[in-house]
Amino acid sequence: MEKVLMKGNEALAEAAIRAGCKCFFGYPITPQSELPAYLAREMPKRGGVFLQAESEVAAINMVYGAAGAGVRVMTSSSSPGISLKQEGISYLCGAELPCVIVNIMRGGPGLGDIQPAQSDYFQATRGGGHGDYRTIVLAPASVQELVDLVYDAFDLADKYRNPVLILGDGILGQMMEPVVFKERPAKELPPKTWATTGKMGRQKSNVINSLYLDPVKLEEHNRKLFKKYQEIEQKEARYEILNGDDAEYFVVAYGICARIAHAAVEMAREEGIKVGLIRPITLWPYPKKAFEEVLPRAKAFLTVELSCGQMVEDVKLSVEGRAPVYFYGRTGGMVPTAEEIFEEIKKMRGLS
Amino acid sequence: MKVVFERPKSLQPTKTHYCPGCGHGVIHRLVAEVIDELGIQDKTIGVAPVGCAVLAYNYFDVDMQQAAHGRAPAVATGIKRALPDRVVFTYQGDGDLAAIGTAEIVHAAARGENITVIFVNNAIYGMTGGQMAPTTLVGQRTETSPYGRDPQVAGYPIRVCEMLATLDGPSFLARAELTDVKNINKAKSYIKKAFEMQLAGKGFSLVEILSPCPTNWGMKPIDAVEWVKKEMVKVFPPGVFKEPKEG
Amino acid sequence: MKLEIIMAGFGGQGIMLMGEILAHSAMLEGREVSWIPSYGPEMRGGTANCMVVISDKRIPSPIISSPDILVAMNKPSMEKFTPMVKSGGVVILNKALIDERPARNDIEIIEVDASGIADELGNMRVANMVALGVLVGKTGVVKPETVIKSIDHFLPEHRKNMLEINEKALMRGIAEIKK
Repeated sequence: MEKVLMKGNEALAEAAIRAGCKCFFGYPITPQSELPAYLAREMPKRGGVFLQAESEVAAINMVYGAAGAGVRVMTSSSSPGISLKQEGISYLCGAELPCVIVNIMRGGPGLGDIQPAQSDYFQATRGGGHGDYRTIVLAPASVQELVDLVYDAFDLADKYRNPVLILGDGILGQMMEPVVFKERPAKELPPKTWATTGKMGRQKSNVINSLYLDPVKLEEHNRKLFKKYQEIEQKEARYEILNGDDAEYFVVAYGICARIAHAAVEMAREEGIKVGLIRPITLWPYPKKAFEEVLPRAKAFLTVELSCGQMVEDVKLSVEGRAPVYFYGRTGGMVPTAEEIFEEIKKMRGLS
Repeated sequence: MKVVFERPKSLQPTKTHYCPGCGHGVIHRLVAEVIDELGIQDKTIGVAPVGCAVLAYNYFDVDMQQAAHGRAPAVATGIKRALPDRVVFTYQGDGDLAAIGTAEIVHAAARGENITVIFVNNAIYGMTGGQMAPTTLVGQRTETSPYGRDPQVAGYPIRVCEMLATLDGPSFLARAELTDVKNINKAKSYIKKAFEMQLAGKGFSLVEILSPCPTNWGMKPIDAVEWVKKEMVKVFPPGVFKEPKEG
Repeated sequence: MKLEIIMAGFGGQGIMLMGEILAHSAMLEGREVSWIPSYGPEMRGGTANCMVVISDKRIPSPIISSPDILVAMNKPSMEKFTPMVKSGGVVILNKALIDERPARNDIEIIEVDASGIADELGNMRVANMVALGVLVGKTGVVKPETVIKSIDHFLPEHRKNMLEINEKALMRGIAEIKK
C-alpha cells in the first residue's frame, strides 16, 4: 500500500471521496479551507457534487436534503460556522438522517480567533442544538487516524441513521503525516428504504420529517432515539491507552492535545513516574470503559484540554469520585508544551 | 356513469387541517393535478415548509421532506443535486420564504437551481396566529401590527417575483391570484409551466399565488377573496415576470 | 533515532517546502514523520516556520519545544528560535542574511552562505535546498538520492526543468559540510 504525505484537511477530503461521499456542501471559514478546496477540485472529476452554499445554515440544510435523498453527504466548517449549523443538526437528528459533519475547531466564544482549540466539546457531545439528541463524535489524533475515522464515520452514520461529527483542530488539519488509504471491504449496512428518491414504483410515499404534533408520538420517537443512543453507547465507544500497563497516574486527552500529552508522558516515564495516557477516540459515546479498566490501580487523573475545562466533566463522571481528577488547559488558541504538561504530571503526583 | 371530477392521484385520500376559505387546499390540488398531468408522480420529491403548510407531507402522495423554517430551497438543492433526474419542488409561505428564508430563496434563484417553488402569499403568518409577514400590506392590521403596518416602524412589503426577476438564474417567475375560476386556471397554467421548465432543465422556476386567509384576516371567506382582488393585487400585481424567450 | 527540526525564515524563502521535502524523503526511507506549519502566535513576527519530526517510532507530538536542529534563513528566525534549541543541538545559519552569531556556546553553529551559493548557481530561490543539503550532510538522516526523489515529487510538471538546479543546490550544501 502506498504511503503518501498529506495535510490533514486534504487527507480528510480524499478519504470522504473514497468512502463514497457523493455530495459536499460548505461555506468558507478558516482554518478548514483546504478541505473544500480539495473537494471543489476533485468532486466534479470523480462523479461527485461540490457546492458552495450561501451560508452555513443553507449548507447544513442542503446536507439534510441530500441525506434524505439517500446519498452519502458531508459538510465541514469551524466553530462559529458549526454554531450556525446547529439548527440543521437538530433536524437531522430528529429526522434520523445520516451525514458527516467536520468541525476543525478554533478559539471562541464569538469570532474568537483562528488558532487551534477544543472549546466546542460541550456543543459536540451534548447535542449542540435544541432537543434531546446526540451525535456520534470522533476525535482523531493523527492524519492516518483521521482518514480511517472518515470511513468509519460514514459507516456509523448509515448504520445508525445519525449524524456523525469529526472533531479536529487547526493543527490536525494543517499538519502533514504519512497516510495509507487502505482498501476496505464494504460494510454490510441497512438499505436506505426510507429515502425520498421519488416513489419510483413504491406503493407508499416516503416522508423525511422531525415533526410529531402528538406528544404521545413524540415521546415514543424520543424513546426510540434514546434506545438507539444506548446501543451506540454500548457498542461504539473507542479509546486508546498508552503506557498504561503499570501506570498509577493517568493523563486524559484527545486529538492534538493527546499527542502533546503523549510526549509529556514519555518525559515523565524517563524520570520514572508511572504515568499513562487515556486517549478517548469517541467523545460521544464517552469511553467510560477505559476508566473502569484502570481505576483499580489509578491514584489520580489529569485532564488536559485546549479549553477551560469541558471534557473534564466526563472524566469526573467516569471516575465517579473514586480518584482525584485534576485539570490543565490552555485556551484561546494557545497550545501547551509537553514540558508544561510534564510539570502538571509532577504536581498531580505530589498532590495525590 | 362518467366520472367528471375526482381526487388527483398525487393527493392523499385524507382531510386537510386547513381553515374554511383558505387557499392552501386549492393550491395543493393545482400542484397535484399538474404532477398527474405531467406523469411525474413517481419521480417527484416535495419539500414542505414551516407554516400552515407544514403538514403538506401528509397531503401530497409523493415522497416528501419537511424542512426547517425558510430552508426549503436549500433542502431542495440538496435533493436535486443528489438526484438530478428527479423533479423537486418546494411549497412555502410568505414568512418562510420572504423573511427567515430570504437568503435561501435568493441564492437558489441566483444559482438557477433546477427546482420549482410554489410560493403562497397571504400577507400574514398563519400557523403562529396572525402576525405581521414580510408581505403584510401597509396599514394592514395583524397581531404584531395592531395599529396597522406602519412603514416608519416596520417598513414595506417585499415583492418577491419582482426582486428575483433582477437575477439571471430564474427561468420562470409568475404571480397569480386565487380569486375566481379564470385566475385559478391561470395559476394552474403557471404551475404547469414552472414544472415544465424544470423538466426541460431550464433552471429555477417560481409561482407566487396571492391567497386568502380569512381566519387571520378576520374576514368571511368571500370578503377575503374580495380583499385579495381589491387590495393585494394593487401591491402585488399578477403576471409573468420572467419567462424564456420563444424560439 | 528521533530528530526534531525547526526551519524558519521569511515567507517566500521556500521554508515550508524545504520541510515538506525533508519529511517526504524520510517517509520514503520508511521513517515515521510529521510536519506542521507555523501555528499559534508563532505566525506573527514576519517569519514563516515549520516543524519536522523524524523518528523510528510512533511520533508522540508533532509540536516541538526544543529542537535538535534549527535552520534559520534570516535574522528574526535565528533570534526567535535559537533559545529553544536543545543543548548540544545544531543551528544552521544562512550567513548572507544574518550578520550576528547567537550568544550560546552549548550548541554547534554552522554558517553557510546559502543565498550566495544559490545566487552563484543562478537562482536565489534554491537557497532553501542549499540549507537542506547542509542539514542532510550534517545529520545523514536521509540519503541525498532520496531527497532528490522527493524534490522531483514536489516539482509540478511544468517545473521539472528546475530539478537539476535544485539537485545542484542540495549537493553544494552537502559539500559545505564535507569541507
